[in-house]
Amino acid sequence: MEVRLEHLTKIFPSRDKKGSEVVAVNDFDFTIPEGKLIGLLGPSGCGKSTVLYMICGLEKPTSGKIYFGEDDVTDIPSEKRGVGLVFQNYALYPHLTVRQNITFPLENLKGEEKLTKEQRNQKALEAAKLVQIEGLMDRKPGEMSGGQQQRVAIARALVKMPKVLLMDEPLSNLDARLRLQTREEIRRIQKATGITTIFVTHDQEEAMSISDMIVVMKDGIFQQMDAPQKVYDDPVNLFVAKFLGTPAINVFEAEVNDKKLYIGEDMVMDKVNVKDGPVWCGIRPEGFILDEEGALHCSLTGVDVMGRDTSIVSTNPKMTGLNIRAIISAEDLKLTSKDSVRFNIKRNKTLLFDKETEARIYYD
Amino acid sequence: MTKSGVKREGIMGTLSGWLYLAPALAFLIFFMVYPLIDVFIYSFEEGYNSASQTYFGIGGYNYSYVLRDPYFLQAVKNTFILVIFTVPISTILALLISLALNSIEKLKKLFQTIYFLPYVTNTLAVGLVFMILFRKTPYTDGLINMMIKALGMTTVDFIEGPYWAKMLVLCVYVIWIVMPFKILILTSALASVNPVYYKAARIDGASKTRIFFKITLPMISPMIFYLVITGFIGAFKAYSDAVAIFGVDLNAAGMNTMVGYVYDMLYGDGGGYPSYASAAAIILFAIVLTITVINLIVSKKTAPKG
Repeated sequence: MEVRLEHLTKIFPSRDKKGSEVVAVNDFDFTIPEGKLIGLLGPSGCGKSTVLYMICGLEKPTSGKIYFGEDDVTDIPSEKRGVGLVFQNYALYPHLTVRQNITFPLENLKGEEKLTKEQRNQKALEAAKLVQIEGLMDRKPGEMSGGQQQRVAIARALVKMPKVLLMDEPLSNLDARLRLQTREEIRRIQKATGITTIFVTHDQEEAMSISDMIVVMKDGIFQQMDAPQKVYDDPVNLFVAKFLGTPAINVFEAEVNDKKLYIGEDMVMDKVNVKDGPVWCGIRPEGFILDEEGALHCSLTGVDVMGRDTSIVSTNPKMTGLNIRAIISAEDLKLTSKDSVRFNIKRNKTLLFDKETEARIYYD
Repeated sequence: MTKSGVKREGIMGTLSGWLYLAPALAFLIFFMVYPLIDVFIYSFEEGYNSASQTYFGIGGYNYSYVLRDPYFLQAVKNTFILVIFTVPISTILALLISLALNSIEKLKKLFQTIYFLPYVTNTLAVGLVFMILFRKTPYTDGLINMMIKALGMTTVDFIEGPYWAKMLVLCVYVIWIVMPFKILILTSALASVNPVYYKAARIDGASKTRIFFKITLPMISPMIFYLVITGFIGAFKAYSDAVAIFGVDLNAAGMNTMVGYVYDMLYGDGGGYPSYASAAAIILFAIVLTITVINLIVSKKTAPKG
């Protein structure tokens, strides 16, 4: 089911009389295509979960509309929207077994939809098989690992075959290894069912690795929506550029003068077709080329080898942040000096942003 | 660390553990275990004389006397009626009030305070007020009887009138007295249920009643069992409540309780009959123990795990 948000806004009133109200979600207006896995990405407290809660009906929007396909569901109570929600801490009913947890939504069906006990158990078993927990049906949630509980929560959300599956930080309570495994699992389940799935995360790597599309938001304001690689390569502003990618993008205070880009005294790029003045220059870690004759002069701090990546850590007076990280393939690593290093930069990995608005400046 | 080192630490650990427990244990043994054993022994000593500390022999006469004493049988009947009515009614009422308290936002604190007031009020003072409310004298009908009259029904003296009327007042009084504590426990139990379960249940399409019976009730059931168990024990030990309303001569009023009977046997009639009192106390102990064990078994079987 396609999910369309139309000028969706949520304002929370202030807790006390003096405080100001909080705009958790500000004028969201985009369409989530059918059958896709969408990652809703943003730093903690930016209103991601509120968007999710509005889509599933636990929160009422202050203004704006929500459409599932052609149907306006804004005023429809959550149980009639046909959504499944996986909570951050799973919210499995601790006193019920796995089977009872999964059949719970089915037992609430009334009228024509009402199912017999056999049908309910059959459906529960199908959902359990999908998430591969069919051997644990008689356990209580307290007797299971976090990863298993997570699967039960997904099975419970899926058992009614929802039109839209929503997940609130589904991986944040899992350890690192399980997180990798479970995110592949979510991808597999989503592909197997074809249900439009929206998941919330603050972890950009998580969002990038499994989503068909990511939506980046900040302080309740929509930033960008696109395929993960597209957002990484082509961010609309400095925030999005900084938020995506590990190691993070290296940001310099730079200046454009006569179509030439200067970082300090170093002219790092020419034919930059923008108007003169100071800019933010962001260079991705993989955008550096080690070169004895390179344009950008930096002071060498050290070389970090982390698994497959070798990164050169250096500093430059014009940088922001702690240091500059340049990822270089190991065979190119030839350092001639102990305290200085010079780079050339790749044009397609260098992004310019307006000094004031931080919006992207396109050149060429 | 060597194996023996570990072992020694274990023994030392146990020893120091007992040492820490010793003061509390000493108090328990002196003031709980020893008296209990003593009472048990008294209850089998026939014709015990407290002045000369002598007795004729050992046997079950004290028990057979007590069990045939109409005052004791009346007290047992009263106590059981009190237990059977007040424990479930007060628990259910407290649950309903707690649910209401938990669902309101404005004035919640005020209402919580109001409902808690009886807990800190003196029982005898409350009893006096109840007596004045329910009493019917040649001079005045009392507030309750005036209301009954206004509804067009016949008035009745609740304090010195028929048995059912007196029992009714006692039950109402006991329920009123025990409710604040139950409300306090249940409101905090309800508040401690993670709201995420209610959200999940709403998404799952559960109705309000279903949420209550399938989610809320199982989640607070340990607290409910706690209240039922302590409620049973408390009601079996009721005494001051009856005194507060009907005065000290409870046997004459026909409103004595088991604890009241024990007390009367100890101190009534100048010196009293400690052997009979002990026998009655042991019978009460056996009843309370049985009921509590049954309660615990039931709660173990139905209480949620994990």
